[in-house]
Amino acid sequence: MSHPAVPALEARSITKIFPGVVANQEVSLQVHAGEILALLGENGAGKSTLMNVLFGLYHPTQGEIWVDGRPVTLKTPRDAIALGIGMVHQHFQLVPVMTVIDNIMLGDEPIRYGLLDRRHAEERIRALSHQYGLAVDPHSVIEDLPVGIRQRVEILKALYRNAKILILDEPTAVLTPQEIEGLFAVMETLKRQGKAMIFITHKLKEVLRIADRILVLRGGRVVGAADPQTATQSQLAALMVGREVILTVEKGAARPGAAVLEVTDLQAKNDLGEPALRGVSLQVRAGEIVGVAGVQGNGQTELVEVITGLRRASGGQVRIGGVDRTHASPGQITHAGHCSHVPEDRHAYGMVDSYTVADNLILNQYAQPPFARAATIQQAAIAEHAEKLVKKFDVRTPSIETPGGSLSGGNQQKMVVAREFSRPIQLLIAAQPTRGIDVGSIEFIHQQIVAKRDEGVAVLLVSAELDEILALSDRIAVIYQGRILDVVDRAAATREGLGLLMAGVKAEPT
Amino acid sequence: MGNRLLRGTSLLAMFLAVAAVAMTLLVNTTSLGEHPWLRVFFSVSALNFTLRASVPLILGALCGILCERTGIVNIGIEGMMLAGAFAAFVAKTSTNDWPLLASLLFGVGVSLAVGGAMGLLHALFSIRYRMDQIISGTVLIVLAAGISAYLFDRDAVAEGKFGAIALPGLSQIPVFGEVFFSNPPLTYLALLLVIVVHVALFSSRWGVRTRACGEHPRAADTVGIDVNRFRYVNTMLGGMLAGLAGGFLVLEAVGQFQEGMTAGRGFISLAAMIFGNWMPFGAMAAALLFGYTQALQNELLLAGITTVPRQFVSMIPYVVTIVAVSGFVGRVRPPAAEGKVYETESGSE
Repeated sequence: MSHPAVPALEARSITKIFPGVVANQEVSLQVHAGEILALLGENGAGKSTLMNVLFGLYHPTQGEIWVDGRPVTLKTPRDAIALGIGMVHQHFQLVPVMTVIDNIMLGDEPIRYGLLDRRHAEERIRALSHQYGLAVDPHSVIEDLPVGIRQRVEILKALYRNAKILILDEPTAVLTPQEIEGLFAVMETLKRQGKAMIFITHKLKEVLRIADRILVLRGGRVVGAADPQTATQSQLAALMVGREVILTVEKGAARPGAAVLEVTDLQAKNDLGEPALRGVSLQVRAGEIVGVAGVQGNGQTELVEVITGLRRASGGQVRIGGVDRTHASPGQITHAGHCSHVPEDRHAYGMVDSYTVADNLILNQYAQPPFARAATIQQAAIAEHAEKLVKKFDVRTPSIETPGGSLSGGNQQKMVVAREFSRPIQLLIAAQPTRGIDVGSIEFIHQQIVAKRDEGVAVLLVSAELDEILALSDRIAVIYQGRILDVVDRAAATREGLGLLMAGVKAEPT
Repeated sequence: MGNRLLRGTSLLAMFLAVAAVAMTLLVNTTSLGEHPWLRVFFSVSALNFTLRASVPLILGALCGILCERTGIVNIGIEGMMLAGAFAAFVAKTSTNDWPLLASLLFGVGVSLAVGGAMGLLHALFSIRYRMDQIISGTVLIVLAAGISAYLFDRDAVAEGKFGAIALPGLSQIPVFGEVFFSNPPLTYLALLLVIVVHVALFSSRWGVRTRACGEHPRAADTVGIDVNRFRYVNTMLGGMLAGLAGGFLVLEAVGQFQEGMTAGRGFISLAAMIFGNWMPFGAMAAALLFGYTQALQNELLLAGITTVPRQFVSMIPYVVTIVAVSGFVGRVRPPAAEGKVYETESGSE
């Protein structure tokens, strides 16, 4: 691949220090016009910090940024935009109640007779959509659009500002497989038209698929570069984590027993009072893992909340171990139902940030012996319990008296898993059990889930990561708009087939 | 679904408006006007009173809209209004020997300036010192009440106030000319400001940026908009409008200052803003409704109708306010980011 001599964007030994934390240390990178540079790294590796530095949201402690062969200072995003740097943010920076036109032109509005010239903006947007294959209706309101289209708006927003360099921060995290393919097609078009792109991700498969060059970041430093033509997933994973990682979960065949969780025609409403579950029926048997796949926001959250007693069902039935627990309290479900729950949002439901690790580890049994006797808490028993679990589940913490909130994300999650897995249970509900944690911890948690299955626990796994569903599940249920569209055996499931189901397309039997 | 509901509501509103206009014409031009109850509801004096009572509410609600649309909760409208009223009174009494118009305009200028200063104070508290915005608003109310009561010279008298200006031609229209086109200047200004704020909010660069700051400040920041600068400026502009509302009370409605003379109008403005869904015309309609209830109260007492106990009559404005706001709270939608401090490393705070 031949490049013009001068890189479109260059970072020269960027160091960014936050109080007490070195987020980036001497990071250098170059990206040329017509090239996709992938920046690979785990959460907390410093990718986002680096991108925020390149976009003027953070200021580097040391180091230089060069654009088109000239050193530049980026005080605010406005400076970055003026130099042709555009960012597609992981959390879209779009105003939900405004139209596509208003969002795209925001900050760079055409004016006619002192007022906004929306027609002119619309013409430009239509021209750009056409040029780059980004179809979108300029008059729709953002909150009515699906995630994939919102992302197009976000890309258009950068192009509208004549961006030559596009930074895409974890752009695939929220997309279905088909939408990811659509995004990649757009990226190819952009590349052909001479845009330079930095693609940030932690997904190995995507990097190999789309990138021209790969840079791996770990602990705030560049730890290696790779050529996607020759690199393998396991090489990249090892670079990312710093040690060999087993990417596939080793597990034997399931030996399912009697049904433990039986959900029948379950209905529930979401927080806005709209129907979120429209008649979900599902069975999970002892000794099997049933994965619920689906694009976020199709009722997964509500399903888990109803089963665990956190949300009221408006119809249907939930039976756990043959007992009707439809309107039981979370406490009854936890104790009498012998159910454990690894919640999707650990800060809201899984832990108390300001409590110590030891206290967090008994949140579900604090009132029971040996942790409580009469009306008093037994500190010695709690400490002993904590020491044991911290060791067994490899929770990296300075001490068991450290506040849970000060642990890293992966260790917080291991702490929650340790608590939920260390009780005799018949049912395990794991919602996004590995969201936002490092590959090493993911590997460990996956092994623990399989171990629970092999003990004969029924496991309901809800995950937005299709890879996780495919790696762990024995059967896969696809949820779409509050209904289970289909349940397929793992052996019969393909990524493409699930992707179509996740998008609501049910294949006709042929 | 929601649209149909909305369409139904606006159809009903349109029908009611047409009916009200027709009744007004009939009551004020035909023998229907001899009926005391109909006079209470539809006489020119009731409608004039409505408009007069609504002006400070309209201005106060516009103040709330400017602040909240940019992300700053402002429950201190009452305080800003009172400060503006007191400032206008002081300005007027100290310039009694000037020509009347000059003295009045000076009063208006001072009420705008003091209102703006109150806005700046609120912005400083809320943005620079990250004070809870509810607390900061409360501070403004207490501050204005305390200082105005302490400094108020009870012997001072303001001489003269704004008089009605009949717009040539328009004021000749029967009934409506009298209601809409023979008003003092600040009333016209308030109605004009509703249009100006609406156009500015939805069709100007300032407006689209202001709304972005109130809905999703980070999105605004990432396209190079200085969120906190917008918040400072808009909170000050809002303060000026609330100050003007106070100026209206002293310089156009009453002619004098009394302790605590805003009497909850700042809070009713807030209710009008919510009821009007943070839209200038919606807020104006709500303000007119609340103003009308005050007019009813007044007209009932004047007409000597005693079948309804006075205490109930006095309750009308407040009951209507509560019912209106509580019935609508679930259906209106405040700016998403209001009340939240926006912090960024690159912000020029």
